[in-house]
Amino acid sequence: MLQYDLVIIGGGPAGLSAADSAREMGIKSILILERDNKLGGILNQCIHTGFGLHTFKEELTGPEYAARYIDKIQEKEIEYKVSAMVINITRDKQVTVMEKGAGLITIQAKAIILAMGCRERPRGALNIPGYRPAGIYSAGTAQYFVNIEGVMPGKEIVILGSGDIGLIMARRLTLEGADVKCVAEIMPKSGGLRRNIVQCLEDFDIPLKLSHTVTYIHGKERIEGVTLSKVDENLEPVSGTEEFIPCDTLLLSVGLIPENELSKKLGLSMDERTKGPVVTKEMETMLSGVFACGNVVHVHDLADNVSKEAKKAGISAARYILEEKI
Amino acid sequence: MIERKELTCIKCPRGCGILVETEQGRIVSISGNQCKNGKEYAKKEATNPTRVLTTTVKVLFGTEKVAAVKSKGEIPKEKLLPAMEQIKEVQVEAPVILGEIILEDLCGTGIPLVAAACVARKRLP
Repeated sequence: MLQYDLVIIGGGPAGLSAADSAREMGIKSILILERDNKLGGILNQCIHTGFGLHTFKEELTGPEYAARYIDKIQEKEIEYKVSAMVINITRDKQVTVMEKGAGLITIQAKAIILAMGCRERPRGALNIPGYRPAGIYSAGTAQYFVNIEGVMPGKEIVILGSGDIGLIMARRLTLEGADVKCVAEIMPKSGGLRRNIVQCLEDFDIPLKLSHTVTYIHGKERIEGVTLSKVDENLEPVSGTEEFIPCDTLLLSVGLIPENELSKKLGLSMDERTKGPVVTKEMETMLSGVFACGNVVHVHDLADNVSKEAKKAGISAARYILEEKI
Repeated sequence: MIERKELTCIKCPRGCGILVETEQGRIVSISGNQCKNGKEYAKKEATNPTRVLTTTVKVLFGTEKVAAVKSKGEIPKEKLLPAMEQIKEVQVEAPVILGEIILEDLCGTGIPLVAAACVARKRLP
């Protein structure tokens, strides 16, 4: 069985920053496990700017921000595996990994840092009536299509939910020639950053319809349009306000949820409000020697804040390993 | 006649509301910003709004299909869509190195388009 002092699950902004700070604290035996085929996590598809203002005092794109950390990992010769998905963690810190080419491997760790990030809320969580036609994607999936695969999800777009990814995709798809009809937000106020409303919607005259939601999805094979309705103060659709908007694509930007399958399997105490594991201020979970940081703990607005929190987790995990040795 | 323009700063996530007062196209006062970046932003936004453009270009023989690129500096807002037309025609051959110049001049702005990510060349099987 492979043995490492510190195993970090996830090679995105949290995992990379945690690895870097643990190495700074003198931990030599570190392994990062990443399920994608490269390090960087979601930063790779976040090609917009706005990263690094706190950490590097300059404005970077997502891939540039990731590259700064990946360079550190490589300079410090921190080990990592890509195309390696963790499928189980035991309470005595054995990590089971499915690695491309190698198959199933088990790793014994002294300490573990959970840095799996988050995932998007799917359509199923919204209960919109209609068939299940093609053309409905989460905003992040559309972002992956455009920025990684280089293909467009559609031409006439409606975006439901005004989270930051939805706003950023409204601009991105407009730049690529799509007609973004509107962004509908059920709440009276957008959940996205004010700056994104300005530079992603107002710059391109894309209407933001507050207190509106999609009440029906039209189309059987491919989405043909949506019914948009106004909602009252109880968020209930107001009858008589229905408006049909033709579109071939509906993007959902309705929130993020920490990805905690592994944490739950491990039996960690979870926080109902954040949907992440309960952590101490040192970022240790209720299981001694298991730490967590970044969006797996709670969804952050900024990658810079993820890096900062992960740094703390890296330091705490290093202290745990060093104290054990004494 | 003093004209008042309310802006939201996009320089950082704080998103300050800034009030710019102009008289015959000349700025007479800027208020509401919490830092000097905000003042700079308001000055430009009231006279010549600019943005950094980020997009992708097609990559040939790469391990990735596209490479992230950005304008190396801000370009006038109204040049964003014309610049996209220009970029649409561009294909680059891997390897792509972060920071490498992809286009010397975006739409006559004098601002180059640079790679914002690395893409390795695909090894032949």
